[in-house]
Amino acid sequence: MARTLSQPLKSNKTTVKKAVGSAVPKVSAPDFSKSPFNVSLKPEEKIAFLREMLRIRRFEQQALKYYNQGIMGGFLHLYIGQESVAVGTASLMNGHDEIITAYRDHGHALAVGMGMNECMAELFGKGTGCSKGKGGSMHFFAPDKHYWGGHGIVAGQTPLGLGLAFAIKYKGIKGCAVAFLGDGAVNQGVFSECLNMAALMELPVVFVIENNGYSMGTSLERSSAIRHSLASRAEGFDVDWSLCSGFDLYELRASLGDVMDKARTQCRPHVLEVSTYRYYGHSVADANAKKYRSPEEIELYKTEHDPITLWQNQLLAEKVITQEEVDKIDAEAKAEAASAAEFGINSPWPSEESIFEDIYHEVDHQTESGRTGRHFFSE
Amino acid sequence: MPLITYRQALNDAFAEELARDENVFLMGEEVAQYNGAYKVTEGLWEKFGSKRVIDTPISEAAFLGMGVGAAMMGLRPVVELMFWSFAYVGFDQIINNAGCIRYMSGGLINVPMVVRGPANGGTNVGATHSHTPENFLANTPGLKVVCPATPYDAKGLMISSIRDNDTVCFMENTLLYGDLGEVPDGAYTIPLGVAEVKREGIDVSLIAHGRAVLTCLAAAEILASEHGIEAEVVDLRSIRPLDEETILNSVAKTHRAVLVDENKPFCGVSSQIAALLAEHAFDDLDAPVLRVTALDAPAIYSMPLEKLQLPDAQAVVAKVLSSF
Repeated sequence: MARTLSQPLKSNKTTVKKAVGSAVPKVSAPDFSKSPFNVSLKPEEKIAFLREMLRIRRFEQQALKYYNQGIMGGFLHLYIGQESVAVGTASLMNGHDEIITAYRDHGHALAVGMGMNECMAELFGKGTGCSKGKGGSMHFFAPDKHYWGGHGIVAGQTPLGLGLAFAIKYKGIKGCAVAFLGDGAVNQGVFSECLNMAALMELPVVFVIENNGYSMGTSLERSSAIRHSLASRAEGFDVDWSLCSGFDLYELRASLGDVMDKARTQCRPHVLEVSTYRYYGHSVADANAKKYRSPEEIELYKTEHDPITLWQNQLLAEKVITQEEVDKIDAEAKAEAASAAEFGINSPWPSEESIFEDIYHEVDHQTESGRTGRHFFSE
Repeated sequence: MPLITYRQALNDAFAEELARDENVFLMGEEVAQYNGAYKVTEGLWEKFGSKRVIDTPISEAAFLGMGVGAAMMGLRPVVELMFWSFAYVGFDQIINNAGCIRYMSGGLINVPMVVRGPANGGTNVGATHSHTPENFLANTPGLKVVCPATPYDAKGLMISSIRDNDTVCFMENTLLYGDLGEVPDGAYTIPLGVAEVKREGIDVSLIAHGRAVLTCLAAAEILASEHGIEAEVVDLRSIRPLDEETILNSVAKTHRAVLVDENKPFCGVSSQIAALLAEHAFDDLDAPVLRVTALDAPAIYSMPLEKLQLPDAQAVVAKVLSSF
């Protein structure tokens, strides 16, 4: 039997963003800077978070410039407005944790330490790209940094996240897997299957729903029968869930740090729904980005809830940083992004021979198995 | 050599690989406590325990994807589909994730996973449980597809598939599980992409995979005893990679080819072989390449009609005779 929930059932956080249209409610929140995950942060760590968020934003703005000029192809799903989520998550990874995300993946890639050059070159489809020009914007990977992509099919990455958690537990590693998905992905059947299996098999996985309010052009109110939250669906699978604001890095770290610890130490899965907002369309090709939501709404988030501005103001208020230092970091991020674009533009295209590389491991390594029989059928 | 069933040959392969490599684990619906819907995994849960032999809920998309994720991390999942027909609810995980991640990551990742189960019609269960998706899967560069016909091949190809560093789609057959054959004790491997001439002949090449190989062998006996035609039977064993050399050598010798395939005719495995022969055996052929395939309709439930839908020895004999 369907039930209507008027209140979150056991949300352990208080800030809930309304999905569409109206002003974000002002709710007095606890002081998350005092959370165990934040209280001992060193000034240089706080500054590093600002730097990382600025790097992501400047990287994407640079990419947008070339995309709009037609020099860069593909789809370009910009993360601008959501940078705090990836940076906050990466800051909590302990060396044994693994992460995976969907197609809005540039922020996570840079946050885990992938270089701007390799990422930008990939966007240009160049052989120096992180995937040698074979993946494109939606398919960045860095297994050496515990980053497993970058996946183009909505929710297709969620069982892979389950598999990362399975492998962590199987190998006896004290880590967890963080699998990101968007608010649209919760409507894919495979995600529900994953929640059941995560609980059933007691896997150390945290599903982070980056709820930016819109699955492409469809608002949450038009895509989810339960509207007040998406994470509450976890209730039906005996999976713990909670909500948090992604606009405030302290809150994000406090909430996520807690559930990652629980996954690592107790093998308890969790669904954390993070409220966030994207300033641009679903992708840059989204012609209706300002039609299914009002320009005023977009402006409200930019002016009042921008995670970078909020963090910067926080650090200025804490006197951890000066405005001059902020400006310097930002200038460096812009210069790095411009230099990465130059690198991408000036890099060579992949060779034609590379079309048939990186398909079969055994062929690439010319093992016995890679040498028997025909693997490719083009003349 | 011990005479064991196709089912036991597979079971032995799992037992040996589970014992050899702690990264190998089995997973699927009813594989553990129930001992497998078709008893292919019988006794393994009892022997290796719940960490290595894992029952899953009926969630193919999730457990196929979980297998991909675990394989990316270096484990070697052997994922059972109770029927390959059920793969269709998890196609995204097989095609997009198992099949494409290596490429899209520029070679940073590989997915050493085996997806296995029966893929056959002819069991009176209707269309949804009678699919033979080897052509769909072999159409995806990045995947390998194997279809053993005998107990010996089943064990050797399974061990190779588990040790392979790419995803192998391993297609068995419920009608073959009880077949007996000579199978050595202990581990041995049969390389993927190596066909086998199961019967030597000089007059016509019968080219097949899976259970159709046995149909060809039966047809060859009839052709020899009743028509004086010596047919050569080529068992592809592996669809991708494909052993083109053995196929072409056989046709160069016999000058005739009849392709026998329980897959459907349109864009089926036999279509690929026909294209190969058109391109590379044109001058060797004394007659057009002919095909005997599953009839081009969904698998019918009604038993006598279902039998008509799949190639049998008489149909193969008739087709061969028509080429002379």
